[in-house]
Amino acid sequence: MKMRGARILLEALRCENVKHVFGYPGGAVLHIYDELRLSGEDLGISHYLVRHEQAALFAAAGYAQATGQTGVALVTSGPGGTNAVTGIANAFMDSLPLVVFTGQVPTHLIGNDAFQEADLTGITRSCTKHNYLVKRVEDLATTIKEAFHVASTGRPGPVLVDLPKDMTAQMCEFSYPETIQMRSYDPPHFAPQKQIKRAVEAMISAERPVLYIGGGAIAANAHEEVRHLAERLNLPTTCTLMGLGAFPASHPLSLGMLGMHGGYWTNMAVDNCDLLISIGARFDDRVTGKLTEFAVGAKFIHVDIDPSCVGKNVRADYPVIGDAKAVCRQMLTEIDEQTSSGSRIQSREHWHSQIADWKRQHPFWFKEEGDIIKPQYVINELRRITNGKAIVSSDVGQHQMWTAQLYSFEEPRQWLNSGGLGAMGYGFPAAMGAATAFPDQLVVAVVGDGGFQMSLNELATIKQYNIPVKILLINNGYLGMVRQWQEQFYEHRYSQSDMEVAPDFIKLAEAYGVPAVRATKSSEVTKVLEEALSRPGPVLIEMKVAREENVFPIVPAGAALKDMILA
Amino acid sequence: MRHTISLLVENEYGMLTRVAGLFSARGYQIDSLCVAPTFEDGISRMTLTTHGNDHVIRQIIQQSRKLVKVIEVWDMTASPHVEREMVMLTVSAKMGDQRQEVLSLVEIFRAKVVDVSEDSFILEMTGNREKITAFIDILRPIGIQDMVRTGTVALTRVAAVKARQIQIEEEGEEFSELTLNEKV
Repeated sequence: MKMRGARILLEALRCENVKHVFGYPGGAVLHIYDELRLSGEDLGISHYLVRHEQAALFAAAGYAQATGQTGVALVTSGPGGTNAVTGIANAFMDSLPLVVFTGQVPTHLIGNDAFQEADLTGITRSCTKHNYLVKRVEDLATTIKEAFHVASTGRPGPVLVDLPKDMTAQMCEFSYPETIQMRSYDPPHFAPQKQIKRAVEAMISAERPVLYIGGGAIAANAHEEVRHLAERLNLPTTCTLMGLGAFPASHPLSLGMLGMHGGYWTNMAVDNCDLLISIGARFDDRVTGKLTEFAVGAKFIHVDIDPSCVGKNVRADYPVIGDAKAVCRQMLTEIDEQTSSGSRIQSREHWHSQIADWKRQHPFWFKEEGDIIKPQYVINELRRITNGKAIVSSDVGQHQMWTAQLYSFEEPRQWLNSGGLGAMGYGFPAAMGAATAFPDQLVVAVVGDGGFQMSLNELATIKQYNIPVKILLINNGYLGMVRQWQEQFYEHRYSQSDMEVAPDFIKLAEAYGVPAVRATKSSEVTKVLEEALSRPGPVLIEMKVAREENVFPIVPAGAALKDMILA
Repeated sequence: MRHTISLLVENEYGMLTRVAGLFSARGYQIDSLCVAPTFEDGISRMTLTTHGNDHVIRQIIQQSRKLVKVIEVWDMTASPHVEREMVMLTVSAKMGDQRQEVLSLVEIFRAKVVDVSEDSFILEMTGNREKITAFIDILRPIGIQDMVRTGTVALTRVAAVKARQIQIEEEGEEFSELTLNEKV
């Protein structure tokens, strides 16, 4: 049956099992929005009207992080697309599967500087995994199939499909390809056996190994395999910011997060190990600190699905190219093989007790000060009240680091944040996306007053759809992380980091019809949190916290891990 | 070190900017670039020359390979291959000695005269980079009025590739790309 392009798009979304679309209409996508109105419900597609295109992308990203499914956003041409760019770049840096549909001016107007025209495939070329401009309606269905395939396989990433307005108006026969063959795209799965064998030999014989888990392990759904691997070989295990939850924080082998704001014991373990086994992590500068002094005595096993990550920042003594889940399984089999032929797994008691000593010497700490609310205390209470079971989304800054340090994530996909790009304004809309997928779970957006003011327009969205996001606003009246760096590295010269004027957030939320509560004293925190978190529907919880609290430990930018500042 | 890199790509809209954009975004240099369709429908070959240490070249290869519509990438420099460039020059050739001198250089360098006017020739020559540079240098004192030079194109020697294939099969080197430029 012939149908117009807009209908083909929606039919294709149904074939891809897409239930939630985050978007914002405009001239170039009116056919699509018309079709949504006509048949969206029948096709099982719910559209959420955000209040800014960036939030559509962040919501789709939060959805993708929380579910592992491909997130979908739909925005119009020109400004709709350019507003979406930060969200696309975020998904690119954090390897999140997104398919982004942008409107475009009709094909005959492309290149004419038409109204609301922007070269979106050009603009997004360096921040998408791939992008498409559909020029024939006959190619529409196949392009969408390819877009979802590329976005969700291999190292996931955002794919943009630019849709000229006439492509959504023209009629065409709809048939959706069941499979797709791409000669130029064939991501690796199993790693070559030789690589596995060499890596496992090193893992068995290492005296001071550390397992270093990144977001790639979550993308590959490899958390169980990772845990088996750690337990089988008795490996102290650390997670990156993006990897938190891939290994249970309460596990005896867990070292928590490493890097710039990682634990002292974690960074010391990494610094002193003789074998660092990286799975789905990329030796980012926030993890390694000064590269030339990073784990100088260690050999590196680098497991990654993306060969360009291997050997990029550190030399890989044992490169292993493959999917994290597949590789872990191969490794477990190989371990059985090697141990049955006589290799003995070491107990490494000395190494474990050394790490425990480091942990005893300098655990995470903060100072209570009378009735002033300490942000760390708020996070601790949040963890206690929610039993560590909430889906927690965070914005970018100090509160993000405190949450990462203290919430103790036990499960993958429980922790959403903007790691690579560090995009302020992510936390709240991302939580919104996650909550649409899991309306019955507790979803908390931990945000600072800076980032929240970049995204608070979405209060209208959560009100409109009654999305039950609990916004936990850690308000210190500063751009806290900027202020901390200005204090520590610029001799207290606070330049443009004091948010002197801010709205009354309670009144603001209420103006949107979202209930809001506030605590200004430490003694109020528990009660306010308990009551607010147990309310149905959306709520804003403001914590007026100590203004000049710092995140510790901190590895100053460009310094070696061992030179971290503890207090 | 200078490297010649060959990319087999799906010939679709924007392919050149994808490759060029990757280079500029990651701070790699393109010294020369040639793109043209192959004998296979819809497939083009890009040959580019670049320079950098082993680490940079390996990143270039891996990053280019990651582009979704890139089919394969080879560092031609790593195995025996043939490289050619082409140059066309408009050279002063006034009646008399100068004309004779140019013609004898054409002979020596196995170039061709492809256009003749009263006081100039257009010359065409193919060869490797060094030969072309030498030809230009020797014509310079005579008077080069205009010049255009292609980038490098390159093909691997088939016999050498087969030998390498056999070597890989025998030695079981499954991920040769990674170790290609690595000191073992």
